[in-house]
Amino acid sequence: MATDASPPKAGPDTGPAQPTTERFVEVQESAEFAELRRAHRSFAFPLTIAFVLWYLLYVLLSNYAGGFMGTKVYSNINVAFVFGLAQFVTTFLIAWFYARHAAAKLDPKAEAIKSRMEADA
Amino acid sequence: MSAAYHSHPVIQLAASSTAEHRPLIITLFAVFVAATLGITVWAGRQTRSASDFYAGGRQFTAFQNGLAVSGDYMSAASFLGIAGAIALFGYDGFLYSIGFLVAWLVALLLVAEPLRNSGRYTMGDVLAYRMRQRPVRTAAGVSTIVVSIFYLLAQMAGAGVLVSLLLGITSDAGKILIVALVGVLMIVYVTIGGMKGTTWVQMVKAVLLIAGALLMTFLVLLKFDFNISDLLGTAAEKSGHGAAFLEPGLKYGATSTSKLDFLSLGIALVLGTAGLPHILIRFYTVPTAKAARKSVNWAIGIIGAFYLMTIALGFGAAALIGPDEIKAKNPAGNAAAPQLAEYLGGVGSTGGAVLLAVISAVAFATILAVVAGLTLASSSSFAHDIYANVIRKGKATEKEEMRAARWATVLIGAVAIILGAFARDMNVAGLVALAFAVAASANLPTLLYSLFWKRFTTQGALWSIYGGLASSVILVLFSPVVSGNAKTSMFKGVDFAWFPLENPGLISIPLGFLLGWLGSLLSKEEPDKGKYAELEVKSLTGVGAH
Repeated sequence: MATDASPPKAGPDTGPAQPTTERFVEVQESAEFAELRRAHRSFAFPLTIAFVLWYLLYVLLSNYAGGFMGTKVYSNINVAFVFGLAQFVTTFLIAWFYARHAAAKLDPKAEAIKSRMEADA
Repeated sequence: MSAAYHSHPVIQLAASSTAEHRPLIITLFAVFVAATLGITVWAGRQTRSASDFYAGGRQFTAFQNGLAVSGDYMSAASFLGIAGAIALFGYDGFLYSIGFLVAWLVALLLVAEPLRNSGRYTMGDVLAYRMRQRPVRTAAGVSTIVVSIFYLLAQMAGAGVLVSLLLGITSDAGKILIVALVGVLMIVYVTIGGMKGTTWVQMVKAVLLIAGALLMTFLVLLKFDFNISDLLGTAAEKSGHGAAFLEPGLKYGATSTSKLDFLSLGIALVLGTAGLPHILIRFYTVPTAKAARKSVNWAIGIIGAFYLMTIALGFGAAALIGPDEIKAKNPAGNAAAPQLAEYLGGVGSTGGAVLLAVISAVAFATILAVVAGLTLASSSSFAHDIYANVIRKGKATEKEEMRAARWATVLIGAVAIILGAFARDMNVAGLVALAFAVAASANLPTLLYSLFWKRFTTQGALWSIYGGLASSVILVLFSPVVSGNAKTSMFKGVDFAWFPLENPGLISIPLGFLLGWLGSLLSKEEPDKGKYAELEVKSLTGVGAH
């Protein structure tokens, strides 16, 4: 129903019909929703921990391993510079990787639950 | 002016060359202001409902919003602040670029989509969803306004720098006048144009900033035959620090305390973005969570490209201008980017004056667009969270709510003008990092617990918002940022600092998370299971989303 192609028209922002709280609890406890939750959390949580640790590694090496970070790699380019650029590369890669995961694994499940609940409401 | 003449011949030279071209500079500023005011009036005519005013009618595309998010995010801190920090401290300044970018992954993976699905106009909508409305909405409103004011302070400091550089105004009265002008403009943008006008202004600004940065990066690299190693080598040599300029530690490596400050800054940067209210409300301007995700991905691409260019701008300024001349203009390095522009065009020549004027107009546009976003976020939160839901207990009409938002805009604009007069000699990136620390301490824990932890309670939310907010603000108040440093403190000549770090994140962020957890465990009331079911199902599926 609400896809990218059909944005809601301007006007009073009352929102669509809301299912009852009982219905939300029922859906929350369903196996189908548990599967969607798992697909999101098992991807987003470990990846968040991983990139935060990777970033902290860069901050801590900068602080406490100056000698290593100052090692020349090529002419005036040192390890610190390469490490900094690597943070850019991993950020771009993770963003792309998540978008791919969400489109394949999250969107279809979410859309199925949403259209069923809104049809019932 | 005469004092500057005698003590800094360099400033005088630049000031006189810009003085001749002052009409050009003023024309460029005026063109931008006129164009954005035109957009604002046009957008204002289409702003009828509260959804138009707060969320731009939710009709923007993912790309448009990605551009506007970039325009909202790349503030004076990113342009003036980072270029200056790299020019003076070399590699240590580069941390800002990296932290500001990596931080977007937290927003992408954990916050943007659930927020779009379950909220309506403000961050408080999501924070208060499962909780008792009045106390949590009040807390969310207070924290939104405090974070935004810290952020505004930095933008105002940047505006002051630009003006003294361009118009040769060194008197306090002149600077305050310009800060006041910026304040008045932002009040006009927001009260008339609402979110629609603000979004378009931010899109225009993002395009101008990227174009300006591309031009300067190209000219810097041209000077070094596109050899980055040469650029870095020359920067290191000219800095007077040699190879150490390209290694971490120049600013933060001196003592174990300053190393902790670096760690503190690093943590605040990476966790702050996903708690910034003016960024979060941008996700309400697109129709779906999927579009919100795509706009974050666009923003990561645009912002990432810009931060890569800060390498050329910062090290270019170090190599071509040198630290002495940069510090002479502004002790914190905030003038490095405009100085570099003038150099690239040719100091004293028409080319130099034109490029200086163009880049300064871009920086001015940057400041105005961010200031408008911040003002909108804080006035929305005041009107929607505090006025409509707490003071009027949900009984205010849309019209009354929008009127309250417009009055709040005027009030917040006035506060920003007054505070802007005090923050001039601090690096603007450092100032913005404080806003990041407050956001990461007060907002992020509450947001994540609300969305993902079923045992979270009203008491937990209040403890983490107020605990994170109070600890971060109090630590800043008693840090060298406010007093005790003769060169860069906000109040010079007094010293009541006892907290050694400039950035409070290392203490206040874990404290915010700890208090949210502890407050929930010690809570007498049970978490509302039905409301959590609603929030969780909505946030992951978009059922019933506005």
